[in-house]
Amino acid sequence: MRARNSFVGAAFALLAAGMGHSALADDIKIGEINSYSLLPSFTEPYRKGWQLAVEEINAAGGINGKKLVVISKDDGGKPADAQTAANELVSSEGVAMLTGTFLSNIGLAVSDFANQKKVFFLAAEPLTDAVTWAKGNKYTFRLRPSNYMQAAMLVEAASKLPAKRWATIAPNYEYGQSAVAVFKKLMSEKRPDIQWVDEQWPPQGKIDAGPVVQAVAQANPEAILNVTFGPDLVKLVREGNTRGLFKGREVVSFLTGEPEYLDPLKEETPEGWIVTGYPWYSIKTPEHDAFLKAYQAKYNDYPRLGSIVGYQTIKAAAAIIAKAGSTDTDKMIAAAEGISMPSPFGEITFRKIDHQSTLGAFVGKTAQKDGKGVMVDTSYKKGSDYLPSDAEVEKLRPKD
Amino acid sequence: MSVAPPLLAVEGLTKSYGGIHAVRGVSFSLRPGEILALIGPNGAGKSTCFDMLNGQNKPDSGHVRLLGEETTGKKPRDIWRMGVGRTFQITATFATMTVRENVQVALISHGRQLFNLWGSAPNVDRNEAGRLLELVGMGGYADRPCGELAYGDLKRLELAVALANDPKLLLMDEPTAGMAPRERVELMRLTAQIAKEKSIGVLFTEHDMDVVFEHADRIIVLNRGTLIAEGSPAEVRGNPQVQAIYLGEGLLYEGGHREGASA
Amino acid sequence: MAFYVVQFLTGLASAASLFLVASGLSIIFGVTRIVNFAHGAFYMIGAYIAFTLTERFSGAFGFWGGVVAAALAVALIGVLVEIVLLRRIYHAPELFQLLGTFGLTLMVEDLVVLIWGPDDLVGRRAPGFKGAVDFFGQNIPSYDLFLIALGPVVLGVLWLLFQRTRWGVLVRAATQDRDMVAALGVNQKWLFTSVFAVGVFLAALGGALQIPRDAVHHAMDLRIIVEVFVVVVIGGLGSIVGAFVAAVLVSELNAFGILIFPKISIILVFLVMAVVLIVRPWGLFGKPEAAARKTPGLSVNPWRPLTLNERLASLAALIIAAMLPLFAGNYALTVGSEIAIFVIFAVSLHFLMSVGGLASFGHAAYFGLGAYGVAFLAKMAGLPMIVCLLLGPLLGCMGAAVFGFFAVQLSGVYFAMLTLAFAQIVWSIAFQWVSVTGGDNGILGVWPEKWAASPSHFYWLALGVAALVTIALRVMVFSPFGYALRATRDSLLRSEAVGINAKRIQWTAFVIAGTTAGIGGALFAYLKGSVFPDNLGISLSVDALVMVLLGGVETVSGGVIGAIVYKALNIWLVSQTDLSKLVLGGFIVLIVVVFPKGIVGMLEILAQRRRKSSPPGSSLLAKPVESAE
Repeated sequence: MRARNSFVGAAFALLAAGMGHSALADDIKIGEINSYSLLPSFTEPYRKGWQLAVEEINAAGGINGKKLVVISKDDGGKPADAQTAANELVSSEGVAMLTGTFLSNIGLAVSDFANQKKVFFLAAEPLTDAVTWAKGNKYTFRLRPSNYMQAAMLVEAASKLPAKRWATIAPNYEYGQSAVAVFKKLMSEKRPDIQWVDEQWPPQGKIDAGPVVQAVAQANPEAILNVTFGPDLVKLVREGNTRGLFKGREVVSFLTGEPEYLDPLKEETPEGWIVTGYPWYSIKTPEHDAFLKAYQAKYNDYPRLGSIVGYQTIKAAAAIIAKAGSTDTDKMIAAAEGISMPSPFGEITFRKIDHQSTLGAFVGKTAQKDGKGVMVDTSYKKGSDYLPSDAEVEKLRPKD
Repeated sequence: MSVAPPLLAVEGLTKSYGGIHAVRGVSFSLRPGEILALIGPNGAGKSTCFDMLNGQNKPDSGHVRLLGEETTGKKPRDIWRMGVGRTFQITATFATMTVRENVQVALISHGRQLFNLWGSAPNVDRNEAGRLLELVGMGGYADRPCGELAYGDLKRLELAVALANDPKLLLMDEPTAGMAPRERVELMRLTAQIAKEKSIGVLFTEHDMDVVFEHADRIIVLNRGTLIAEGSPAEVRGNPQVQAIYLGEGLLYEGGHREGASA
Repeated sequence: MAFYVVQFLTGLASAASLFLVASGLSIIFGVTRIVNFAHGAFYMIGAYIAFTLTERFSGAFGFWGGVVAAALAVALIGVLVEIVLLRRIYHAPELFQLLGTFGLTLMVEDLVVLIWGPDDLVGRRAPGFKGAVDFFGQNIPSYDLFLIALGPVVLGVLWLLFQRTRWGVLVRAATQDRDMVAALGVNQKWLFTSVFAVGVFLAALGGALQIPRDAVHHAMDLRIIVEVFVVVVIGGLGSIVGAFVAAVLVSELNAFGILIFPKISIILVFLVMAVVLIVRPWGLFGKPEAAARKTPGLSVNPWRPLTLNERLASLAALIIAAMLPLFAGNYALTVGSEIAIFVIFAVSLHFLMSVGGLASFGHAAYFGLGAYGVAFLAKMAGLPMIVCLLLGPLLGCMGAAVFGFFAVQLSGVYFAMLTLAFAQIVWSIAFQWVSVTGGDNGILGVWPEKWAASPSHFYWLALGVAALVTIALRVMVFSPFGYALRATRDSLLRSEAVGINAKRIQWTAFVIAGTTAGIGGALFAYLKGSVFPDNLGISLSVDALVMVLLGGVETVSGGVIGAIVYKALNIWLVSQTDLSKLVLGGFIVLIVVVFPKGIVGMLEILAQRRRKSSPPGSSLLAKPVESAE
């Protein structure tokens, strides 16, 4: 009986701990939604990132003299719950804008909500091209380089490979499908000579890696495009290593260089994959140094890509509100369109034409160093260089 | 001049399981108002025979006719619609419903109201249900949950349910099993009385020979799947073959015997 | 040729992992009849603990010792869970244990993150099985060969355990007939505990053995639990050999299926299960369920229509609810609408479960079909909202008519699993058919028209529909049809013997419940302005089950209360803490232990006690009769 009581006590203590936000009437409130309970490996560093940003902004006097408060909600990985959270933030908490989200479908759900309720939404992470193009709307902006941009960055390197026979492995959902589709399209444009010899579509989170690896090996490709990440990637890499799938084959892989996905691999880290990612250890720019130093000082931990995304999301939100000089939605939209601001990756701009930021990504090769996975030969790819022409974008995006 | 067919006519009923004949060539008939007991030792094929009469089981060959109409191959519910009520060896009732509701379900089915989504079931045939319960001496229990009833009361409830469709024939599988001796006599007396009044034919199996000899008009005896004797209680009692294979064993209680595999 | 052999062996290795976990589940279910939702959680804890131990202790001994020690440790946790939690609820209504183990699972998912951190963990490879074996130019990981050998070994050990030990004989006897074992004077308590421990040990071992090939992370449990259930059901409940054959079947079909249809994995197991259950209603090696002992007779509390006072009270509650817009803000109203919609969803399942005794594990399918119905009509046909709301649920109705026809041919857990399979098939269609359904990005922009757009108007709409639906279903409970449905639930034998076509009654109930769920889904689409495959997903189906069980499955109005409590709590917790699963899971476990009859069931008992100050004269006569049905 006592055990039960203490359990209840613990439960309420946890609950109370979760409610530790309080805001004054003339603070500037920003609502933030992410899949905290579903994707902690990304969202924990992400949260640390935005908390650092809030601290820095308020230490520097807030936004136009007002204190910034971020109210954060979990969406549990469900679009419907994300909408409930968005509603609470807007209707009940009275936030000036919505930010955050990781999964594409949740990004789209919140974006649609923003469009309906006429609320400013700064999407942090969702990669689907639809957020800014096919289902783009006036109220929605996005920070991270989209699927298309990352594909274009990878294609630049991949098209220089001699390989002609390509196979693809991607999780069977929209992100994987569109990543493969864009990559194929851009590759085939640059290299009409290549052949696509096999494709594998394991269900997200449930890859049965052995048979998949074996099936790809059987098609005998010269190069492989991988889009899996997280635990699926781990299984794929381990099976692939054991079965020798990657031996003598080029591999091009989305996101694998991000510490969230690269670090767990440790001594399994494959050598020489061409990947997008975040080599925080080898970026030597003043902007990034400042960020890195502040982050490590505050958390005694190294940043992941999520940290950058969280940090820059709130920095961007603050910059937009500061420029608008108001939390009026239309003024914020006007301010956001074309706004430029510093970031740990250098200056970025939110394009007027499609509300996509020009934040870029690092492309490099994977390697092992002291039993850990790292990216080497990295170079930063500016987002602005990997977007289609304005005329094409006009066609992709519905009229506001 | 055609002779009216008997209420129940069974001809050459046969069933085997994996080469073992459970029932072989059993034939008998039953008149309206007649009470016929089907007896035999454990494993004689009584239950198999019963299941074939009520549609739980399909015979390999042979016929069962009710007032001249073939019932073999029909489902239990269709046989019920032809006017056959039944009670089970181990009572089958609707445990979470009240006693009255148990009877009402049968009355609803009889009145073809099963797919009536909008009526008020508590008021459907309420009086008729009460009358049936009175008939079996359960009038005072109408609002009791069926799951609370003592076993003897459940047996009486089953009788009331079996009477709900104005049956021409009652099939009762060990109607008094598990009851106290006094209750047994009462229940069978009640059954006999109703049967005579309404001219219902009754076929029952039974282990308690007192019950059998007291209430049956006629007795048929099964052994190893075949009918070995048929006649009045006195005749059967005097039949040496019956005495040898059946009565000699004493009145064994079929412990652990369960409803057929089709349950 | 070598390739096909290797692909076959690879499939066998996958099968071995699956079998380990599935065999444990099968044993537990066979004996205790517990639908152990927490089986995946034990699998996951096994992996986490094994990770810690194998990192801590080096060498071959450290690794293999760590794996076994982890499995033993988790088995110990299992014993604790069994004694503290499950023992209290063996006699609760069917499936109530599902609720308890579901609560546990929720808690564990958050706890592992609290204990082991958010990052995916990659353990070391198994000493002695690090590389691959060359087979005519194809590589087979030696660890796969180890697993391939392990599967049959475990099968053999289990077989010996069951055939050659007294414990095994008892377990087999209990699997066939629990009451009989109790009658034999066996200490049933410890038999159950030991069975649970063995089952959990196997699950944890299965998890621990994933260390060399998988990443350890906090969603491992959900990744495996459904699949394992499917394997157990395909094989036939309680059949270890069946579980083995089913694991091999599923894994091989997957291994070769992806060569032809690379996208088949997402749906394969459910397709196989649906086909198997339609052809063989008790799985490949299962036997017809010895008519499961139904427990509702324990607190026989006859249902009755509401009295006048109760009706007035309900009306008053409805009026108060309708006055919410006078003092609540937009957010509260939107939450109110969501709760009202979930009331509709829950009462529809409650009707099927409580009145019909048919526990659907895939009820979200009809909710989601209603939602998609609306989305299609609104976005493609551009029909007005009111028409969409009226016609959208028909998609749920049609789905229920088709799937229900097959599902009601089965009963018990097989029924539940077939409904789950159908729901997953519908889900995967919505997920894969991108050109029509938008895939996982869903259909956006299904917003209500002006007249219903304001939160208060939409709230009134949802509340009104919820009230109407609840009343309509209640009327049906006390209609002749409702009586017939309850009759088929209480005793199939007796209902057939009074002329009831049980399957047709149940089918009708299934269609009614599906259509009602579709109404909820239709409103949900407008509430959220969008439709996603989530709306058809397993987690929503589980939510519905939880709501019904929480409210009380033996009651007439448990669904309403269960939906309100669960949904309100869920929304509030998700909003307040990232550890909502831990708190919600804890709450559910608490409810299970304190109120084993659900919230409404508990209230009824309390009310009854107050009423029954008169001497319980009847209780002498009242021997609970456990008839064979």
